[in-house]
Amino acid sequence: MDTTIRELSYAQAIQEAMAIAMERDERVFLMGEDIGVYGGAFQVTGDLVHRFGEDRVMDTPISELGGAGVAVGAALTGMRPIFEFQFSDFAALAMEQIVNQAAKMRYMLGGAVSVPLVMRFPAGSGTGAAAQHSQSIEAWLGHVPGLKVVQPATPHDAKGLLLAAIEDPDPVMIFEHKLLYKMKGPVPEGYYTTPIGKAEIRREGKDVTIVATAIMVHKALEAAETLASEGIAAEVIDLRTVRPMDRETIIASVKKTSRLICVYEGVKTLGVGAEVSAMIAESDAFDFLDAPIVRLGGAETPIPYNPELEKAAVPQVPDILKSARDLVNGVR
Amino acid sequence: MGDKIIAQAKPKAEEGRHNLPFAFRHYSPGELGQALRKMYLIRRFEEGAEESYTRGLIHGTMHLSIGQEASAVGISLPLTDDDMITSTHRGHGHCIAKGAEVSRMFAEFFGKETGYCRGRGGSMHIADVSKGNLGANGIVGGGIPIAVGAALSMKKLKTGRVVVSYFGDGANNEGAFHEALNMASVWKLPVIFVCENNGYGMSTSTRRSTAVANVADRAAAYAMPGVIVDGNDLSDVAEASHAAVERARHGEGPTLIECKTYRHRGHSKSDRNRYRTKEEIEDWIANRDPIQLFEAQMQEYGVIDAAGIEAIRTDVEREIEAAIEFAKTSPAPDLAGLTRDVYTDLA
Ligand SMILES: Cc1ncc(C[n+]2csc(CCOP(=O)(O)OP(=O)(O)O)c2C)c(N)n1
Ligand SMILES: [Mg+2]
Repeated sequence: MDTTIRELSYAQAIQEAMAIAMERDERVFLMGEDIGVYGGAFQVTGDLVHRFGEDRVMDTPISELGGAGVAVGAALTGMRPIFEFQFSDFAALAMEQIVNQAAKMRYMLGGAVSVPLVMRFPAGSGTGAAAQHSQSIEAWLGHVPGLKVVQPATPHDAKGLLLAAIEDPDPVMIFEHKLLYKMKGPVPEGYYTTPIGKAEIRREGKDVTIVATAIMVHKALEAAETLASEGIAAEVIDLRTVRPMDRETIIASVKKTSRLICVYEGVKTLGVGAEVSAMIAESDAFDFLDAPIVRLGGAETPIPYNPELEKAAVPQVPDILKSARDLVNGVR
Repeated sequence: MGDKIIAQAKPKAEEGRHNLPFAFRHYSPGELGQALRKMYLIRRFEEGAEESYTRGLIHGTMHLSIGQEASAVGISLPLTDDDMITSTHRGHGHCIAKGAEVSRMFAEFFGKETGYCRGRGGSMHIADVSKGNLGANGIVGGGIPIAVGAALSMKKLKTGRVVVSYFGDGANNEGAFHEALNMASVWKLPVIFVCENNGYGMSTSTRRSTAVANVADRAAAYAMPGVIVDGNDLSDVAEASHAAVERARHGEGPTLIECKTYRHRGHSKSDRNRYRTKEEIEDWIANRDPIQLFEAQMQEYGVIDAAGIEAIRTDVEREIEAAIEFAKTSPAPDLAGLTRDVYTDLA
């Protein structure tokens, strides 16, 4: 393995992962809307069509349901498709194939088949694209046995989790926060995988555990820095995988800090934080809690267009700061 | 109404009234002037929006309909305020053609409380519901079945109203399109499907995305008329719309109209135009601009002169300036209203 590390953007890291996968394995190919000469709506596929040709970087018509189904069928029969949704919101059009077909096929056929399918979903708010182009729907898919659901927060993990997803024999759904695409970070050259189902402790601390997903990891780290200057040591856990969830890492952390905040962009109610909280409440870490668990999630509203409203609709650094201070200071 | 036009159009129309294009037979000079004004208002609205974006006054993205004004205006000519439309992500033109105020449209763009969606929707959702616009749409094809549902209401409620569903060529490959057309036909609903075929769904040409040569060819599969018109010729569009609206009002069922047109600008603000040539774009702009074409026709048939055109332009300019000023000075939404209208307030 080549271990040279350079700085790449999150989008470049994903593109590199797809290129490596296509070079290693003839069966890997890309499908999606405007991923060819256009380079993808967020320039993630970039110029891959020029390197690999239109047969392996396939522009589909605007047909999410059919396209997703074609990817399922190809995965079922020996190919390794990577299907890009132009926006994660459009998964709504393809839910039938994702939920009723891809997720259940192996089970329904008694283990006789597998569906090694990867789907990529540009997700989240912050771009002024309003209610139908800004959602965080990882909890929808996280609710479905048979799917694996990941949310890389760094360029390193964006590449590693994608390569792990391609190796995986089951359908893996990857949510990529749009505001992360331009973020740069260290990425090793060559092939490596980041384990699906494993959370990562991004910062150690003893006073409060902050479990965060996707872009919220960065907001939590920013908050932790400020908290440190106030004498509060926050432990920041990047959940990375929504399903299957890494219970051990979170339980161990909560036992250490006795306080838990979950911060995620999806709508708060019935979201990822509900699962993390319930999991802790059911575990032996419950006895270690010194304070109620706090969930910071998206507001109970579609994402609005006005930029100030849009910001107010999802957790921000000051919200994390306030929750952490209140928890540690015993304010209820 | 027709007689007045013949009188007006006489100088150049010795060949007789039936040789005039439809719009010049059917509409008075005043009405034709209004149609030109609307096309011009759409053009200037889009340019104003683009400029505001460039100057950093607007966030998000937008899809401009510059070059497609004739289909928006031509289709809506036979519609009344009671008739309805569903629109698309490229919907500013439909919205204006259906009678919206540009001031409240700009206000929506600027994210203001005075905008049509109170700043919640932005470019992709601007609509004046009071004028029968059931919404622009961020989802390609999303409005098509909704239009069929609205047409079902119109039929059940015996209103005599019709519904127009605008969509792009790209939408004709969504399942919703096919399911909706089939139901509309089976139930003989008063709906007109209007495909604005500008040759591309984002970067993908219809040749690469669509198995048939014309979207109108799909009509045969759903046993309804499929009509192809020059979407940049206002009169041709209006003629097809009139026939389809008549048919719908008389309970004879839906029609699919395909307007062949072109968008002058990129798909959205992030388009680098890698999928079409400069020559192609320039040719459409120079030779097939719908506004220039209509102005030329109006002059040819003696309906308007250069001074008349200039007067319309000046008038539109004033309206656009005032609208932008209204939008700029309007109040922003109150943050406390973040979750307002998620549900109906039952209190
Ligand atoms: C279901 C869905 N898929 C994809 C998109 C992204 N998208 C927005 S507009 C567009 C192209 C639409 O093409 P067309 O219908 O021809 O309309 P045009 O933009 O040319 O007016 C695409 C792919 C979307 N908004 N909704
Ligand atoms: Mg199009």
